[in-house]
Amino acid sequence: MSNLKIGKMIMRSLFGEPATHMYPDVPREWADVTHGHIEIDIDNCCFCGHCARKCLTYAIDVDREAASWTIKRMRCIQCMHCVEVCPKGCLKNLPTYTPPNTEKVVDVFVKPPAS
Amino acid sequence: MGKSTIIPFGPQHPVLPEPIHLDLVLEDEKVVEAIPQIGYVHRGLEKLVEKKEWPEMVFVIERVCGICSFGHGWGYCMSVEGNLGVEVPPRAQYLRTIWHELSRIQSHLLWLGLIADAFGFESLFMHSWRLRETAVEIFEDTTGARTTFSVCKVGGLRRDIENEKLAEIVKKLRDKEAELRELTSVFLDDNSVKKRLVGIGALTKEDVIELGAVGPVARASGVSNDVRLDGHGVYNELGFEPCVEEEGDSYARCKVRVREIFQSIDLIERAVAAIPDGDIAIEIKGVHPAGEFLARLEQPRGEAYYYTKGSGEKFLERVRVRTPSNANVPALVKMLQGCDLADVPILTLTIDPCISCVER
Repeated sequence: MSNLKIGKMIMRSLFGEPATHMYPDVPREWADVTHGHIEIDIDNCCFCGHCARKCLTYAIDVDREAASWTIKRMRCIQCMHCVEVCPKGCLKNLPTYTPPNTEKVVDVFVKPPAS
Repeated sequence: MGKSTIIPFGPQHPVLPEPIHLDLVLEDEKVVEAIPQIGYVHRGLEKLVEKKEWPEMVFVIERVCGICSFGHGWGYCMSVEGNLGVEVPPRAQYLRTIWHELSRIQSHLLWLGLIADAFGFESLFMHSWRLRETAVEIFEDTTGARTTFSVCKVGGLRRDIENEKLAEIVKKLRDKEAELRELTSVFLDDNSVKKRLVGIGALTKEDVIELGAVGPVARASGVSNDVRLDGHGVYNELGFEPCVEEEGDSYARCKVRVREIFQSIDLIERAVAAIPDGDIAIEIKGVHPAGEFLARLEQPRGEAYYYTKGSGEKFLERVRVRTPSNANVPALVKMLQGCDLADVPILTLTIDPCISCVER
């Protein structure tokens, strides 16, 4: 029955488990290493600006005077080059994507002044 | 004989994943000439070499295309490594080969889905992409990304895979093999599929050689053209033999890709069995590429060239990528001559066109 080659697969799909998840009701399972988004441990940052200079898409801005670290989330391509070059090791990858948005999100992290 | 009519095909068309435009000169329902036009997704990535240092350029090159991403990264690294005269550790070579073959599996399954969609077999398209998820999930689990991996670097790799995980990968692929055989038997044995593929767009061996076609398009016409025979990566150690068919039609091109999926699983298994322990990268410091190097690599779509030219500074002078779809466009034009208008979408897909690669 060479015309019904796919029949078995279709029957399995009809009566078996769906191949997809009911996202967002069923949360996505992330791999430990998934390139999700960049997080910074701002207290540990020395504001050398190395990450900003090495960023391929110019997604990172570092302001040493204002002690702020800014990332344009929509520009970041999750290549993790900034994580690799950070001399203080204060940048890390978290394995979750940033939430979907209708605006271009810019996250600003400011180091609190030393008391 | 009716008078000639010109019908534009693309750049936006339901079967085209990427934009290519063809002016089809028709007489009645027969295509007598096809005039291709590209240029809709040119991004000027090669020009970026003037602004990105050579170690970082790999991130740009692997974003030439989302489907052949790993191969692009590897090809660029191979070219710069040749330029610098450095030897990559054996474990890195094995891992590169494993990831590259995994890329081939997901690329061919993606293509099977697209061709099924082109001849109107929606459920077959869904099943092909469902099975493709196995390979894509392995990529996410091992590299952290589904399409653009950022694991290749000049001198080796950024990320290792533990031996236990490698064994798991082989098991996952073997577990899916029965389902893959079931799926691919639909492409190879189902009457309705064969009616759309057998004898359509046949290219002779002479045509392929004259037009310089590469990859599955060439191998489907009996030309044993495969850069893996030259032994980049560890293909020499794995006992690689290319999949060659003789008929040269759309069905033969489908068959070559189907066979290559199973061959890639075998190659991955052999590579995992033979992979040595050791470093995955060597440190390169204080030197810059000075000179020219041309590296060749067998992408899922065929032979690709990666040319780099450096002058001993941190920016390369020139990077040039010649991708397989570029070489296969003349073959497409040839196979469209004399075909029915209804077969144009399928024939366009049988070269597995990757227009982002062509235009960079």
